[in-house]
Amino acid sequence: MTTGDGSARDLRLVDTTLRDGSHAMAHQFTEANVRDTVRALDTAGISLIEVTHGDGLGGSTFNYGFSLVDERVLIKAAAEEARNATIAVLLLPGLGTVTDLRAAADLGAGAVRIATHCTEADVSTQHFTEARKLGLETVGFLMLSHMSEPGALAKQARIMVDAGCQCVYVVDSAGALILEEAGDRIAALVAEVGDTAQVGYHGHQNLSFGVANSVLAYRAGARQIDGSLVALGAGAGNSPTEVLAATFDRLGIRTGVDADVLMDACENIVKPYITRLPVMDRSSIVQGYAGVYSSFLLHAERAAERYQVPAHEILYRVGANKYVGGQEDMIIDIALQLAAEREGSTSFR
Amino acid sequence: MGENAAIAAILGPGNIGTDLLAKLRRSDVLDVRYMVGVDPDSDGLRRAAELGVTASAGGVDWLLDQSPLPDLVFESTSAGAHLANAPRFAEAGIPAIDLTPAAVGPFICPAVSAPEQLDLPNVNLITCGGQATIPMVFAVSRVTPVSYAEIVASVSSRSAGPGTRANIDEFTETTANGIESVGGARRGKAIIIINPVEPPMMMRDTVFCAIDPDADRAAITESIHHMERAVQRYVPGYTLKAEPQFDDPRPEWDGSARVAIFLEVAGNGDYLPRYAGNLDIMTAAAARVGELMANRLRTERTGEMSV
Repeated sequence: MTTGDGSARDLRLVDTTLRDGSHAMAHQFTEANVRDTVRALDTAGISLIEVTHGDGLGGSTFNYGFSLVDERVLIKAAAEEARNATIAVLLLPGLGTVTDLRAAADLGAGAVRIATHCTEADVSTQHFTEARKLGLETVGFLMLSHMSEPGALAKQARIMVDAGCQCVYVVDSAGALILEEAGDRIAALVAEVGDTAQVGYHGHQNLSFGVANSVLAYRAGARQIDGSLVALGAGAGNSPTEVLAATFDRLGIRTGVDADVLMDACENIVKPYITRLPVMDRSSIVQGYAGVYSSFLLHAERAAERYQVPAHEILYRVGANKYVGGQEDMIIDIALQLAAEREGSTSFR
Repeated sequence: MGENAAIAAILGPGNIGTDLLAKLRRSDVLDVRYMVGVDPDSDGLRRAAELGVTASAGGVDWLLDQSPLPDLVFESTSAGAHLANAPRFAEAGIPAIDLTPAAVGPFICPAVSAPEQLDLPNVNLITCGGQATIPMVFAVSRVTPVSYAEIVASVSSRSAGPGTRANIDEFTETTANGIESVGGARRGKAIIIINPVEPPMMMRDTVFCAIDPDADRAAITESIHHMERAVQRYVPGYTLKAEPQFDDPRPEWDGSARVAIFLEVAGNGDYLPRYAGNLDIMTAAAARVGELMANRLRTERTGEMSV
């Protein structure tokens, strides 16, 4: 198949080290980190590189964590370094705005990935419309896709595609999907959108299914798959891009990406700057197990320390309350409740 | 209803207008005489008529032909409709309380705004998130300078209507402006989250303010509790879910400390369901502004009579 940028390949690997990885880095990327990583990814043949605050444009806040370096500086640096790749930005309607998107496009971003909760796609219509007017490549993210059944998810995908989305993703934000649960959702989206848009898959490693789900996603018709170098991402991290590249190569599925160049980038560029390796520890496993948005991890750990309650208990309760992406403030609220319960009262007041 | 009750009209007989009508019917100082829409098949017009309110689908032309004219009008239509109607009300000398995002007139928040604002020909209710959080930003900023305030409003999916969904940027941008111009923060930021959980969640709001590390935390806490009671006067379900949380300065906060305020807004369940605190606080704030305006009109009239 010949894709948007003209290369012959069966599948497009998209790298989100510099966006989802921002969560694991507590949003402390430097301009040098971004330039070095983009250069390596570009050399390896990655054609779409996402660079934004972990929570998307405008995400630098009390609620999600402030960026060390303004994302606009990082987006501009990434666009300067990329020779062949397109730079993508993430936008969550309700947090980022069309104004933010225009600024990113002016700085050289060529694509936008617009993310909503998996049942609320209609809040993205305004942003897809504007993105297409700006001439940006458009991708839609249905976050926490495990919370919707395949048929319902496909209907939401249709809303995004009708609004101007060119590739709609099953986003396993909680790393909760296991094998067919991922494949069936992809198949439902492919059946719904047909030839009018591509379908993509974004996985997390919380239950360690990121790569396996990606293979099933491809077999079910997904043509864009996300990864991060060294799995750098929220929760237990994303599907590692270098492992995806090696795996698809072994399966004879052409990605146009050089796995050796990626592995070299992992050892010599990414590992030296990362502050914590993504790991399947108790808290991140609970995120996959209880269906919790992966980027809640560091926030839960911080609240756990501040209020002396276990992070995994906070995360279990987040799952039980069915909080969605963006409700990081509720983590403090839950920590306060748990602390109050431990003191034997039913309310903190 | 009192003898000198001001005559009110509601333009826009949808869910918001119907809930507003339920609230205003409890008022001693306001007499809702007219409910006005443009669709003869409107359920809201039928409901209003059943309650004995004169209801018409004749729009603003019909309303301005009535005798007596209303003393004030509430508009819960759309931004586009209010932009067209506002000059007509201004010409007729009828003050307008605007629940749409049109923002023809200045922002008003009844727990915060100065009494002089009640004399303005047109006031705007900002946004639901603004009505829920701006009082708390103000409660902090009246004690200590707030260099930055950020609010997170979580609302149930069922309570987020098509207008909000089609233009969610309008919510974030308008609320941020209100946090600055009405709340008193030097810089404001607003975030809205729509959650589909069933049964629907109550509206939740979190307010973060960057404050000086040496700010008087006891005074801030007292001011926040005082404000909670002030808003409860018109939104009984407005409650602090926890004591205000103070965090010491962190490097990434540029030397500021932080206070976090956790709120729940339960609606009154008049016409809208209780979980829709986000919609209820708009109609409750509008009703409160209307009552304050009516009191002022009454004082003026009593004054005139005594001359």
